[in-house]
Amino acid sequence: MGGSTENSAFKKTHNPWALGRTPGGSSGGAAACVAGLMAPLSIGTDTGGSIRQPASFCGVTGMKPTYGRVSRYGLVAFASSLDQAGPLAKTAEDVALLLEAVAGHDPCDSTSANVPTPSYTASVRQPLQGLRLGIAREHFGDGLDGEVDASVREAIKVFESQGATVRELSLPHSKYAIATYYIIAPCEASSNLARYDGVHYGYRTDEKAMLAELAEERKVLEGAGDRAKLEALDTSLVRMYRKTRSEGFGAEVKRRIMLGSYALSAGYYDAYYVKALKVRRLIREDYDAAFKDVDLIIGPTTATPAFKLGEMNEDPLAMYLQDLYTVSANLAGIAAISVPCGISKSGLPIGLQLQAPPFEEERLLRAAHMFQQATDWHTKRPN
Amino acid sequence: MNDKPYEIIIGLEVHVQLQTQSKLFCRCSTTYGQAPNTQTCPVCIGMPGALPVMNRRAYELALRTAVALNLDIPEFTKWDRKNYFYPDLPKGYQISQFDLPMSQNGWLEISDAKGAFEPKRVRITRAHLEDDAGKSMHDEAAGKSDSRIDLNRTGTPLLEIVSEPDLRSPQEAKAYLTELRLLLTYLGVSDCNMQEGSLRVDGNINLHIDTPDGKVATPIAEVKNMNSFRAVERAMAYEAERQYEVWCEKKIKLGDKPGGHKTTRGWDDGQQVTVKQREKEESSDYRYFPDPDLLPVIVTAEQVEQVRADLGELPAAMRTRLESTYGIDPYDSDVLVNQGRELVAYYEELATASGDGRRASNWVQQDVLRTLNEQQATIADFVISAASLADLLKAIQAGDVDNTRAKDVFEEMLRSGSSASDAMAKLGIEKVDASEAESLCRELLEANPQVVEDLKAGKMKAVGSLIGQAKQRNPNVNPGEFKDMCLKIVEIM
Ligand SMILES: [Zn+2]
Repeated sequence: MGGSTENSAFKKTHNPWALGRTPGGSSGGAAACVAGLMAPLSIGTDTGGSIRQPASFCGVTGMKPTYGRVSRYGLVAFASSLDQAGPLAKTAEDVALLLEAVAGHDPCDSTSANVPTPSYTASVRQPLQGLRLGIAREHFGDGLDGEVDASVREAIKVFESQGATVRELSLPHSKYAIATYYIIAPCEASSNLARYDGVHYGYRTDEKAMLAELAEERKVLEGAGDRAKLEALDTSLVRMYRKTRSEGFGAEVKRRIMLGSYALSAGYYDAYYVKALKVRRLIREDYDAAFKDVDLIIGPTTATPAFKLGEMNEDPLAMYLQDLYTVSANLAGIAAISVPCGISKSGLPIGLQLQAPPFEEERLLRAAHMFQQATDWHTKRPN
Repeated sequence: MNDKPYEIIIGLEVHVQLQTQSKLFCRCSTTYGQAPNTQTCPVCIGMPGALPVMNRRAYELALRTAVALNLDIPEFTKWDRKNYFYPDLPKGYQISQFDLPMSQNGWLEISDAKGAFEPKRVRITRAHLEDDAGKSMHDEAAGKSDSRIDLNRTGTPLLEIVSEPDLRSPQEAKAYLTELRLLLTYLGVSDCNMQEGSLRVDGNINLHIDTPDGKVATPIAEVKNMNSFRAVERAMAYEAERQYEVWCEKKIKLGDKPGGHKTTRGWDDGQQVTVKQREKEESSDYRYFPDPDLLPVIVTAEQVEQVRADLGELPAAMRTRLESTYGIDPYDSDVLVNQGRELVAYYEELATASGDGRRASNWVQQDVLRTLNEQQATIADFVISAASLADLLKAIQAGDVDNTRAKDVFEEMLRSGSSASDAMAKLGIEKVDASEAESLCRELLEANPQVVEDLKAGKMKAVGSLIGQAKQRNPNVNPGEFKDMCLKIVEIM
């Protein structure tokens, strides 16, 4: 969970470009292994940017397909209405190859879309004629790193030199995207993670120690004759749940479970969850309106190149802002891709994000391939 | 109904297991009684990564029931997660329907064939679908506090039918359940087997008490663990008396603090009492929200009309029709309809072929049902066809056989599977010639002058001994006809 792999239950992943830096997250491992030439293809999952941000940090190509394009069956759910699996690879062509293999309707996933899957490999090399690109004002605001800004603008010029037209547009509700995401995702996560309760799945607290602890507490209360507290004392079942989940989950996961449980509670549900759903719809409507005039929206994948490991540990909010440019695509359910478009002075990859209307993965791949025909950023490898 | 100064207010929540081959969101079998945890799959045990897919058949059965219960069917309904922790709930949530259930605002009419209460429409708040939890088996025998979990039942489709608090007596509560079960059986949506848990009832009950200061309501109790309709009736009756006693003693009203909140009680069938249950730790904040793994369900008005058209005749309509078509009274139509569609079809064939609906009703209720009961059989396995039995009834009407001997014929038909006429021939039953009967009559009257005296004095019972003697001489003598003949002869003597 989170944008750095530092909350992993196993171990941290390091960025092959700079071992002291994060590969991004949560699919940082999937991006790092492609960047590090350990695997030609990998699959990640993207709930708020978890394929595109690592792809950007690691200098690889990574796509979040349209919600419903790839089956979620078998994917451990974090936020079910946002989660989408997708490919990471060195080039758009390789991404096309893997996407073609994993895309398509799955009767075992009710949210999987029953739409035909085009042959991405057959079309990826065909350039797009008269491509209309949109630049969202909101993607070039405060906080955007100068080098990233310059690289993205350079990339836009590349498309223009290939005949694309560019216009500025606005996604007015994107400023609410992070807030909306951090209501909806934790709400769903709090429920999806309930099964890791020590009875059915996941870690379970040491039972003997737990029972001994309870017996001790009971003894103390009995000694003090505190009947009210005795009556309120946990049953062994409740204590087992309490300890299991306190000990088994890390701080970030617990933070999200608490956020979600709170937002879903009686009395808060309308103010948080229902309102977030309304904003989510407005964000989708922004995109629907924008895509009437443009074919793709182009901008940075992340505000900065990869940050240092440990840099965000004390600041969960700063970590949440990592998803600033990517999270809207998940909320709107549209498709988006990140392709390498530069290298910073400190030698870190920079990512370009292209966003497309639902089920237009083919358009994304063809545009990404056009770009990779004209540039060589995707061929750069860490030393 | 009662002479106590209060009115009983009861609402019932019924969980009905729908009769599907597979579970609500996976392909596992719903067969009852298999070895623990053998009917499970990644979906119903909540394996990370597994996803639910709605069982269309379950939805159809739910829709059928909802339409029959006169519920409104909205076009759009969705699935919600009801979140709570319990060992028999592997996902950590139940998939249910919260604010947009598949049906709401219906009613079921109940009545009592013996008139114990006025017929009434019990309003039904809603009926919604949900998946069942598993079963916890507490194994404390070995001195351990271990619990075992069987997830075979997890994910079984349940329809929860919630009534308004419209029931005013334990009898009405039982009548509601009986009528509901009959309806569900007619619809073919559930086997309603309470022992196997396919029908579960919780009762919410309190009292409205007349006091000098006006009506007051007692705190509501939700009673669980009632495993038969009789238990429901008794638990409700017990609870009403208990609440009245508590009221007289403590004067705690609904909503009072402390003590006026809703409590949960369990029916103890052995002790015939309700017992307060430990309140659930997590109280009732289930943090409902729409299940993102499932799509909303859209039901069009045309689909609802199609379901309505395919319902077939339901019990209430059938009773009325039997009464008007065959001239039987409500008690009889109730007995017949309660036996199910197949028996009613048998009855109707018999009534039509014999031309006597009442006689047919009597024979079905007494002889046919008694036999089925003895044989532990259903009407589908019954040896005597409606057409054959109709022949026997016609023979009775024609006076070819009297009622008593007709029972022998029935037994013979049952034993040998033969037709009515063959069975009568086998038993040597034939109509006694009128002149032969008359000469037998005159002979017996002459031999019994005292009987003649008695008859002339108006002691009609005296004719009985003559009938007895006549039947000894010729078992085929029709007692009714013979009696009439005797009286006629005595009159002109
Ligand atoms: Zn299953």
